[in-house]
Amino acid sequence: MARPMTADRPTRSLAGTLSCCDQQLRSMNLPSGTDVVTVALAGQPNVGKTTVFNLLTGLNQHVGNWPGKTVEQKIGVCHSGNVPLALVDLPGTYSLTAGSEEERVARDFILHERPDVVVLVADASNLERNLYLLSELLLLPVPIVLALNMVDVAEEYGIHTDAEALSQALGIPVVPMVASRNRGVRELLQVVQALACDGDRNTGAYPYHPRRPQLRPDHRDTLAALLRLIQGRVPEPYPEEWVAIKLLEGDREVTELAQGWLPQGTWQEVHSILHRHEDAILDIAGGRYQWIGEVLAGAQIRRGLGQVGLTERLDRWATHPLWGMAILGAAAALMFFLVYTVGSPLQGVLEEYVVTRPSAWLSTHLDWAPAWVTGLLTDGVLAGAGTMATFVPILAIFFAALGFFEDTGYMARAAFVMDRFMHAIGLHGRSFLPLFLGFGCNVPAIMGARIADSPRARLLGILLAPLVPCTARLGVLTTLAAAFFGPYAFVVTLGLVGTNLVVLALLGVVLHRLVLRGEQAAFIMELPLYHRPNGRSIALFVWHHLRAFLARAVTIIMAASVVVWALSALPAGDIGSSYLAAMGQALEPLGRLMGLGWRLMVALLASFVAKENSLAVMGVLFAGAETGAGLTEVLPTLISPASALAFLTVQMLFIPCVATMAAIRKETGSWAWALFDLCLLLVISFLGGAVAYQVGLLLGWGA
Amino acid sequence: MAWRSRSACVSRRLALDDVTTLLSLGPGQVGTVVGCSGGRGLMGRFAAMGFTPGSRVTVLNNYGRGPLLVLIHGARVALGRGEASRVLVRPEGGGHRG
Repeated sequence: MARPMTADRPTRSLAGTLSCCDQQLRSMNLPSGTDVVTVALAGQPNVGKTTVFNLLTGLNQHVGNWPGKTVEQKIGVCHSGNVPLALVDLPGTYSLTAGSEEERVARDFILHERPDVVVLVADASNLERNLYLLSELLLLPVPIVLALNMVDVAEEYGIHTDAEALSQALGIPVVPMVASRNRGVRELLQVVQALACDGDRNTGAYPYHPRRPQLRPDHRDTLAALLRLIQGRVPEPYPEEWVAIKLLEGDREVTELAQGWLPQGTWQEVHSILHRHEDAILDIAGGRYQWIGEVLAGAQIRRGLGQVGLTERLDRWATHPLWGMAILGAAAALMFFLVYTVGSPLQGVLEEYVVTRPSAWLSTHLDWAPAWVTGLLTDGVLAGAGTMATFVPILAIFFAALGFFEDTGYMARAAFVMDRFMHAIGLHGRSFLPLFLGFGCNVPAIMGARIADSPRARLLGILLAPLVPCTARLGVLTTLAAAFFGPYAFVVTLGLVGTNLVVLALLGVVLHRLVLRGEQAAFIMELPLYHRPNGRSIALFVWHHLRAFLARAVTIIMAASVVVWALSALPAGDIGSSYLAAMGQALEPLGRLMGLGWRLMVALLASFVAKENSLAVMGVLFAGAETGAGLTEVLPTLISPASALAFLTVQMLFIPCVATMAAIRKETGSWAWALFDLCLLLVISFLGGAVAYQVGLLLGWGA
Repeated sequence: MAWRSRSACVSRRLALDDVTTLLSLGPGQVGTVVGCSGGRGLMGRFAAMGFTPGSRVTVLNNYGRGPLLVLIHGARVALGRGEASRVLVRPEGGGHRG
């Protein structure tokens, strides 16, 4: 089976990165013939790097994926005076050791693209940790500016940093900033421009003579020995000393590369040295932290209790096993409350104006056109892609909540308290919120799975997401359960939602143990300090995600909707005699196992376009009722409760809709995984349906 | 072979009787990191997060189930129980020092 999400061979990914980046930059309408200064923004997660990027580029940015990777790539343009700057937002990483895709992307970009300047955005209230990334960056041959962000938050926590002294100690420019309040940005641009454009960096306006951390004495000789062995054999663009250090650190990618560069005999020598120093990484890192301590000793003053403050008080509740769950539950409940009180009514309004009215208008005004034209537009385009578009208000609420949680730092706490449960199904706490998003719509759940920190966890999150019942399925469920089970409707509804979650957990355990075996990524994660959310960042977050969602709705989802509509209308323009109906009839023997007649099978197939379609199709096929109102009265007379239970079970567990399939295809980068998930869910849903039918019969619901 | 040599080396360096894993420290307890074990990937993560020999680590949360929350190099770091069991620490005699 294809393994698209594991790391590409380094050589291939580099070429892709190179060509794609140039292309992106060219497409950002920069004046031709001018020299563009390329600036890379590096930094740990949660240091306000995205805020800085948004502040500088505003809407003048392009968001996509790094070529061949599922890591988000953001490129934007801004101007410093009349010098155009191309800003590349590198993924947030704690180090540059190629332990994850993000780290590989970040360092490949710096090594191969050689940006004119790298800006390291650091959180002034957590400098010790943030400077670790600097200690790694300083080994690379690019000039670095330290953007000391969130100095206001740091002061609130009693941490004062002397930027001038820090700059002296590091030998690189340091710019204090409060990006959320637009402070220090102009100064940052000035420094960047000076560093990029001054011929001689040592004598320019901002002298640049970095002091790098040294190895501890016991490893210096080892490093020297390694350097001698690899000398002259390291191809561009890799710096020899950097390669030697990475070898000593045990960096997997560099080790593989070096094995290819060196002759067999030399490699054996290198290998035996490395073998004797297998745990050198801890000493090297220890040396870096020691260097950081020395640098900060003269530049930072901590007053009072330091970080014992708001964060500590809040975390006593937010990370408590019991209260933490209660807070998370309350946050989730609030999200659903907003969805049902604000999102759903707005969706109703949008449905009226995007689907219902245009459909009616088209039907009356296009009466001169052939019936298939009207059918294509109303039942294909509007019912499929149009309906997807009506989910925008609900998604906006989900994304805004997610952006809010991420921006304040709460997201990491939610991950923390859910980790215990997610662990059982092979996922980490971080994967909980994207899955939770699935209750709104599965598409963003799949898009959000990328927050997982290993390709394996991301894939597992994607494959499991379709089992979270989305609002469309919940709509069908509540409507039909009320029609069939009257007083028991609530129990049936709850039972089926519960079934979905149980199946999700079981499937997670099975996939985790059998299919996606391998090392579960380590759960080591920093919990950032809480801070005030930035409205602009959250707005841009919502905007980018909605735009990506809508772009999909008008392209692949529309195409797929039209195909399924064509199957339901051809050859005679009547669903009862269509190809889709023929498929339903062909599936009738299978359906009999679940007590489902061909009409119900057709309804299931039609739900592939959008889940709520099954109601509309049942309306057409049963008694010709046009709307749900008539349908719910007719159905119980035609279908036994046992069959209805089976139908609802299948519907809840059924294959993902077209939009979700498209999302799986895009996020895993292969049709193989999308089809794998489709087949898996097909089997599971039919098995579930068969079991539900038997249970229904046992309960005496057969007639 | 590799395994034997490494574990021999680790035990020689440590006085084993007063060394324990991070997992066994309770909330408020402070320890000094002595070493870590694990594959390359995990060692890299430990290193980047600052679990290097000589670093002081304060346990903030350890409820006996679920991940731990610790303070190390001025940052709050969550780590799973499996990961915590791979960090060797020498506990300080209660309370904060220095």
